[in-house]
Amino acid sequence: MKTLAELMAIKEATKQRMTVREDTGDEAIRIVVGMATCGIAAGARPVLNAFVDEIAKRNLKGVTVSQTGCIGMCQYEPIVEVIQPGKEKVTYVKMTADKVAKVVTDHIVNGNPVAEYTVSAIK
Amino acid sequence: MRELSLNILDIAQNSISANASLITVEVAENTVENTLLIGIYDNGKGMSEEQVKSVIDPFFTTRTTRKVGMGIPLFKMAAEQTGGSFEIKSELGVGTEVRAFFKTDSVDFTPLGDVASTIQMLITMNTDRDFVYKFKVNEKEFVCDTREIKEILGDVPLDAYEVSQWLKDYIVENSNEIYGGAL
Repeated sequence: MKTLAELMAIKEATKQRMTVREDTGDEAIRIVVGMATCGIAAGARPVLNAFVDEIAKRNLKGVTVSQTGCIGMCQYEPIVEVIQPGKEKVTYVKMTADKVAKVVTDHIVNGNPVAEYTVSAIK
Repeated sequence: MRELSLNILDIAQNSISANASLITVEVAENTVENTLLIGIYDNGKGMSEEQVKSVIDPFFTTRTTRKVGMGIPLFKMAAEQTGGSFEIKSELGVGTEVRAFFKTDSVDFTPLGDVASTIQMLITMNTDRDFVYKFKVNEKEFVCDTREIKEILGDVPLDAYEVSQWLKDYIVENSNEIYGGAL
């Protein structure tokens, strides 16, 4: 069973990995998940977890995942915004954990937003 | 909400908005009496008596109070539909305590769900706050305190992926242990 004592070893391993990672100059991409009552009820928690997992799995640098309150289109939750300096913000709607891998591969890694998942696809 | 763990996540967001630096989540189940208590306690800015009344009633709200919404009413409903009860105590400048009591043998009891994910998310998304998670089953208790974890980690952040994964497993395994021991 996991104990606090085990955390010491994890700490050392994490420290080593983080120093390797530090010297990268990639421009920051922010992935923001709406986590108000509407977002949570619609399933935002597994979506946020899937983004964190996928980014760690691919060891992507300069990508942060964070949460925000109600984005204002509760009927389209879970909503995810991808914000990148110098580019237009992309808003994904009705997200699921299954859609996350495609967004990370196509958009975050290769720079091509997944048009069919975005808010403009519904309007 | 499909699981009570999502209500916990939602209510704890209010504590974060209220600038709490310490947030305690308590989940206490009594398998003999078939009761469950879920408590969320914070040291945030607190609310006045009128504000407390307005957060309980969704139709009493106005758009000027952005904090107010469906979160508390949904949580209260989830408790009361099982024959349980709900209370909220708050004092300006001191903090807020929300408690929901459930009858777990009611057909209208919503499953607790993945509380470990909720706690993991609260901790890793708000590394500048401290969280205490207390999980009790009858007389057994598991406590996870970020102040203790931060002391071990030093300058390694709580939201580092390895730490976050450990945290989830730590909560799941210890919760299963005390739950298994009670059955």
